[in-house]
Amino acid sequence: MKKIIAIGLIVSLVLAILLSPFASSSPDGLEKVGEDKGFIEKAHSLLTGLLPDYLFPGVSNEKIATAIAGGLGVLIVFGITYLLMLMIRKKDKSKQI
Amino acid sequence: MHIPDGFLDTKTWVALSAVSTGFVALSVVRANRKIGEKHVPLMGIMSAFIFAAQMLNFPVAGGTSGHFMGAVLAAVLMGPFAGTLIMSIVLAVQCLMFADGGITALGANIFNMGVVGSLSGYLIYFLLSSAIKGKTGKLIGIFIASWASIVLAASACAAELALSGTIALNVALPAMAGVHMIIGIGEALITTTVLTLILAARPDLLELTKI
Repeated sequence: MKKIIAIGLIVSLVLAILLSPFASSSPDGLEKVGEDKGFIEKAHSLLTGLLPDYLFPGVSNEKIATAIAGGLGVLIVFGITYLLMLMIRKKDKSKQI
Repeated sequence: MHIPDGFLDTKTWVALSAVSTGFVALSVVRANRKIGEKHVPLMGIMSAFIFAAQMLNFPVAGGTSGHFMGAVLAAVLMGPFAGTLIMSIVLAVQCLMFADGGITALGANIFNMGVVGSLSGYLIYFLLSSAIKGKTGKLIGIFIASWASIVLAASACAAELALSGTIALNVALPAMAGVHMIIGIGEALITTTVLTLILAARPDLLELTKI
């Protein structure tokens, strides 16, 4: 199990840190439909988020800013899911696989 | 297909927030009954992988990009309601930390990708893999279910835009379903590849109790 977790985390970090800076920046399916059909200008953000647009603030190189934001995101999502599932499981300690 | 703030009107986003809250609560109850020791770290990895893979937009026809969704991958490995939980966590972090998907549209995004994507995708996978026996049936089921999960989620999104008065359904539905029929091929290829690798290396991971 430890090996699977290590491999899974490494693969996820490699995708987020090394590949995500080179992802396509073209509009996605919904944005493209919004542009073509003339409702894209309705889009706005009520929250700015800590790392808007997957860019770590204060880093001028956009590829590096994306890589840091992606790596942080992977660790945060892993941590939050792990803790929430642990809490859901701990509600009944008698359960075993 | 993360909906931003501004695309949905108040009645639509409030209703979808309520519906999604119900599905998430139901998923938590099911997870509480079925979750085992092994599920905890595996669900963490699944969320992390889906988050990372969703960052990788790939170009599709006509100056558009698509990215992996991951609902069927999670549902086939961990179960349909685990898929709902994993997608909900990923979407909530994307919304709150990265301003990807609006806060008012979070319920709608969870409904489209976490509920429609995971539950309908799993149902299609289950039916096909039961009808066609063996590993072939599993892989055909995974391929078609993951493609359909994208098209169905995008169609739900189109219906919500229409319900909000943002765009007419007869315009939104063909446009959204059409482009996502292409993006869905990417989803199907990625999901099938990842699950083929897992089936080859650790087939036991597909035999975990489904949540």
